Amino acid sequence: MPDVARKVRVECRVNGQPVTLEVYPMTRLLDVLREQLGLTGTKEGCGEGECGVCAVEIGGALVNSCLVPIAHAEGAYIRTIEGVADGLNLKAIQEAFINYGGAQCGSCTPGMILAATNLLARHPDPNESEIREGLAGNLCRCTGYTKIFESVVAACRQTEHPA
Amino acid sequence: MRSFVPAYEMETPRNLSAALERLSREPGDWKPFAGGTDLMVLLEAGKLAHRKFVNIWNLDELRRIEVTSGHVTIGPLVTYTQVREHKALSREFSLLGRAAAETGGIATQNRGTLAGNIANASPAADSPPALLAYDAELELISTSGSRWLPYRAFHTGYKKINMRPDELIRAIRLPRGTSGWKHYYRKVGTRRAQAISKVCFAAAARVENGRIADVRIALGSVAPVPLRAVETENLLRGEKLALAVLTAAQTALAVEIAPIDDMRSTARYRRCVAQNLLAEFLETLSG
Amino acid sequence: METRVIGKSVPRKEGREKVTGRARYVDDLTFPDMIYGATVRSSVPRGRIRGIYFEGDIPWKEFTVVAAKDIPGKNCVTLLIEDQPCLAADFVNHPEEPVLLLAHPDKYLLEKARWAVRVDIETLPAIFTIDDSLACRQIIWGDDNIFKSFHVEKGNVDSVWATADRIIEGDYETGAQEQLYIEPQGMIARFSAAEGVTVWGSLQCPYYVHKALMPLFNLPKDRIRVVQMETGGGFGGKEEYPSMIACHAALLAWKSGRPVKIIYDRAEDMAATTKRHPSRTHHRTAVTRDGKLLAMEIDFTIDGGAYETLSPVVLSRGTIHAAGPYNCANVRIRSRAVATNAPPHGAFRGFGAPQSVFALERHLDRVALAIGLAPDELRRRNFIGEGQSLAVSQVIREKVHMDRLMDRAFDLSGYHQKNKLFAETNARSTIKRGMGFASFLHGAGFTGSGEEYLASEVAAEATRDGMVRIFAASTEMGQGTNTIFSQIAAETLELDCNRIDIIQPDTAAVPNSGPTVASRTSMIVGKLVEAAAREIQQKLFKSGFLNSGYAAEDFSRACDRYIEKFGPLDSLAKYHHPPGLHWDDERYQGDAYGAYAWAVYVAEVSVDTRTAEVRVNDFVAVQEVGKVINPVLAAGQIEGGIAQGIGFALYENVVWQEGRMINNQMTNYVIPTSMDVPRIQAFFEEIPYGGGPAGAKGIGELPLDGTAPAIANAIARATGADITRLPITPEALMEMLEGVHA
Repeated sequence: MPDVARKVRVECRVNGQPVTLEVYPMTRLLDVLREQLGLTGTKEGCGEGECGVCAVEIGGALVNSCLVPIAHAEGAYIRTIEGVADGLNLKAIQEAFINYGGAQCGSCTPGMILAATNLLARHPDPNESEIREGLAGNLCRCTGYTKIFESVVAACRQTEHPA
Repeated sequence: MRSFVPAYEMETPRNLSAALERLSREPGDWKPFAGGTDLMVLLEAGKLAHRKFVNIWNLDELRRIEVTSGHVTIGPLVTYTQVREHKALSREFSLLGRAAAETGGIATQNRGTLAGNIANASPAADSPPALLAYDAELELISTSGSRWLPYRAFHTGYKKINMRPDELIRAIRLPRGTSGWKHYYRKVGTRRAQAISKVCFAAAARVENGRIADVRIALGSVAPVPLRAVETENLLRGEKLALAVLTAAQTALAVEIAPIDDMRSTARYRRCVAQNLLAEFLETLSG
Repeated sequence: METRVIGKSVPRKEGREKVTGRARYVDDLTFPDMIYGATVRSSVPRGRIRGIYFEGDIPWKEFTVVAAKDIPGKNCVTLLIEDQPCLAADFVNHPEEPVLLLAHPDKYLLEKARWAVRVDIETLPAIFTIDDSLACRQIIWGDDNIFKSFHVEKGNVDSVWATADRIIEGDYETGAQEQLYIEPQGMIARFSAAEGVTVWGSLQCPYYVHKALMPLFNLPKDRIRVVQMETGGGFGGKEEYPSMIACHAALLAWKSGRPVKIIYDRAEDMAATTKRHPSRTHHRTAVTRDGKLLAMEIDFTIDGGAYETLSPVVLSRGTIHAAGPYNCANVRIRSRAVATNAPPHGAFRGFGAPQSVFALERHLDRVALAIGLAPDELRRRNFIGEGQSLAVSQVIREKVHMDRLMDRAFDLSGYHQKNKLFAETNARSTIKRGMGFASFLHGAGFTGSGEEYLASEVAAEATRDGMVRIFAASTEMGQGTNTIFSQIAAETLELDCNRIDIIQPDTAAVPNSGPTVASRTSMIVGKLVEAAAREIQQKLFKSGFLNSGYAAEDFSRACDRYIEKFGPLDSLAKYHHPPGLHWDDERYQGDAYGAYAWAVYVAEVSVDTRTAEVRVNDFVAVQEVGKVINPVLAAGQIEGGIAQGIGFALYENVVWQEGRMINNQMTNYVIPTSMDVPRIQAFFEEIPYGGGPAGAKGIGELPLDGTAPAIANAIARATGADITRLPITPEALMEMLEGVHA
């Protein structure tokens, strides 16, 4: 039986809720979210930080949760896809993805919505170049990106605060 | 996830001296862990041989950027996002600003650190050529003190660095004085974003009276280490911009670099592109 | 015909779940008592298994282990034939071939254990190229390494060569392409003596998986149940391979007595599962000096990997599409699928046609260049029309206006004006720009008698409160099946889409509507949805409880009354082959497809000659598709397909080493990011097809056929480089550019 390390205690907030964990320190934040906290909205696409499918926000910064060891989450404010909508009320960006074709198979969608939300928080009225760059770390295989851009633009048009 | 995650230890020291103390106590046993954007990829692939990590991510004193009249000094934990957002740094040292913007995507830039990038010692990294072009200096500290060395002396061979297991990069210092120069950065990757570079070219030159008064040329992905093309620089220094000079410089460059065939590209392509980028750089000097 | 719901961009039916992270993919599902499964694979391309050793510091007693000898029924993954083992017994025939299965409750320990198993294999010589396979350097499959071959003859090709003005030949190659669905493959299986086998998974074809599980366990069809979970992309990559994983998970569940989850990580998925078949085509074409096609002789070969799987069908479609939408009296197509020691290649959107259409459209541009004719003029002089016949002698019985599609595509893209402008500006710049096009068609549905053989069914049932439930085996994987079906049913029943419930594909609940492949879902299965819905309406009319011109409340009330009086209000629609369609399987001639979509695609590229990097700056796609059921979804299909085509053309390069994909990471196998793809513009024309719901034809695969050749032709126009292979990597293009200057 292989040797194991000491578990560490990590306290953080996830989607506004306090969370206390006893975990192996190098456990990926992605796995803690999905397995320990049952927040399966965040997905695994590549395990190497290339596809952006596992994106979440830590302290308002977009990060790939497959590359974050849980020890780094100590004291952090984490937001996942489950924390984007206001209860039953979807954000404009979410509505836009449904109506304008931004979501097809849906597996890139949680990470893409996090990235779009993060982009709009930094650039409330982005031009196409800013949208492309803001989403460049999120791969999509279904849409060819055109309708994702259209969804982001539609969300901006609909409201002053699309994120 | 191809590693046995429970076997990996991570300790979070409360301050820098505690971190250094841990690194010194069992030399080689404990390694520093910054943003993790390289190490976690290895963990996922089942290729992270090392098991004990000192978590320095929360040491905020290590992520300051200080501007003095002579230097800009960057803390080791400064992320690419911080580089991009620091107006003075990214404007005056535009090669570094460009490198930061081309490293991964936003999510990687929020977590990747300059020192982590340097210490990881990949010849394909995007920032090292910029740092080489700016004659960066590194401060390394340990429990036994600190030392400075030119970044040019840091990479001694493929994935071999001039740094002891008990040392941490404490600062990356860029001498000011290239702000009047012309800067040129181009990364040729596998695609336009989220790409590993096939050739990375970072150069700066001071042009006076139609002559190249001074020039610095650094490349990535064309040798086992990021390198300064010193012979090519020597050939260009003092010369007027002319076709003959370009041809001679391209020939010199072809010999100074040592590109290889790998999964992403070929030696022939890399050599050809490096020479073409040199031409493009020299063209921007006459413009 | 005025439609109420069809033709509107009704929002995606399961959209809310997808944008909130609540959609349930297989890895989101857990069962109490569930354990994890992993696959131990061959590291060599060919050999004899000498032994399996369990090494390392692992508590092996805690593990469930399944080897070939443990399989209760037939050790095979049944598809067209039974040549592919579920677990290698004595021999392995490709790298990554599954040899052993392990299961354990601890994911991390399981992974450690997987790499501690040593499979001792005595290597045998292996073959990796089409040439070596055809030369029978080693016989690795059957008598001659050939899975299947076809021979199509039309007219008399041999009579033409002697008298033709010009004969132009060319060789073309395409590489493998990885589907790279964003959600990796996975399955959960459960076994009980009472229920038999149940699997939940990421899959396109529940009944294929069902069919594969039966002989593995010697269980009858009602003791196997397959449930499709939300599926994160498929593109063909989840057509056949899920059967393999389902068999593996089920075996572990059967042996351990616990539910077992197998999820592939990206590296395993890329290395072990199917890819697009690499191809090689030789064209020999006779033309008059003014560009009339006299004869086309085409030789087409695809590399099938180590086992047959779907290669005969991929070959079929590639063969039938090889001569394109042109009127040529004399055509010969000889084609074959051959075996190599690589993981079997499989379905990927387009299914053989992207390979043969690349060759054809590139070749015709080169033919045009050789005889001094503009490439579009060459096409115009040969476009097929109604009453003329395709290479397989299918007489076109629908309206076809390829020239008008071309006019529109050129108008929208500025093809002529831009090429003229670029010809001038290119001389003064290191950036060379060019416009290129491809003109093509894609048949919808299974070939020939395939749809008859599938005999697809769709069921419907109304509830007492007037909801109508649709039961079909067609899977939603992003293309919009759920939404399209609800639109078709809603249109037919004169209800709103939210009154239609699309039942989750579960072989215990839905009839066999055939696989979700071959651009058949909207057209063939959608037509059955329409029929099933209509039958419910007819029953209500006949009962007297409902009259025409009804409102939604009337419908609900009528359902309630009907069910009260007569019992279940349901229907079953069965496929009927359109009369007048005849296909001869022996001579490979006749009506190959009930309907074709027709298209002209135009690409604008710029090539930086310093780095040989290609940018696609603009892309215009014009296609005639019968009827657009949902404009946003239809455009999404075209745009997404074109992005995959851009990857096929420029970025996606599988690097092979001894039959193994060694760049099996997203870092090193690159697909386009948002910065690599232009605004793609899709335009539709509609000439309704009677066999499709509201006239719709299939479009799912169409964009994969024309994208790469349009880009290749544009690069050739921009730089003079004589492109004949895909992918057009900067490394390859750089060498060609040097050749152009020399």
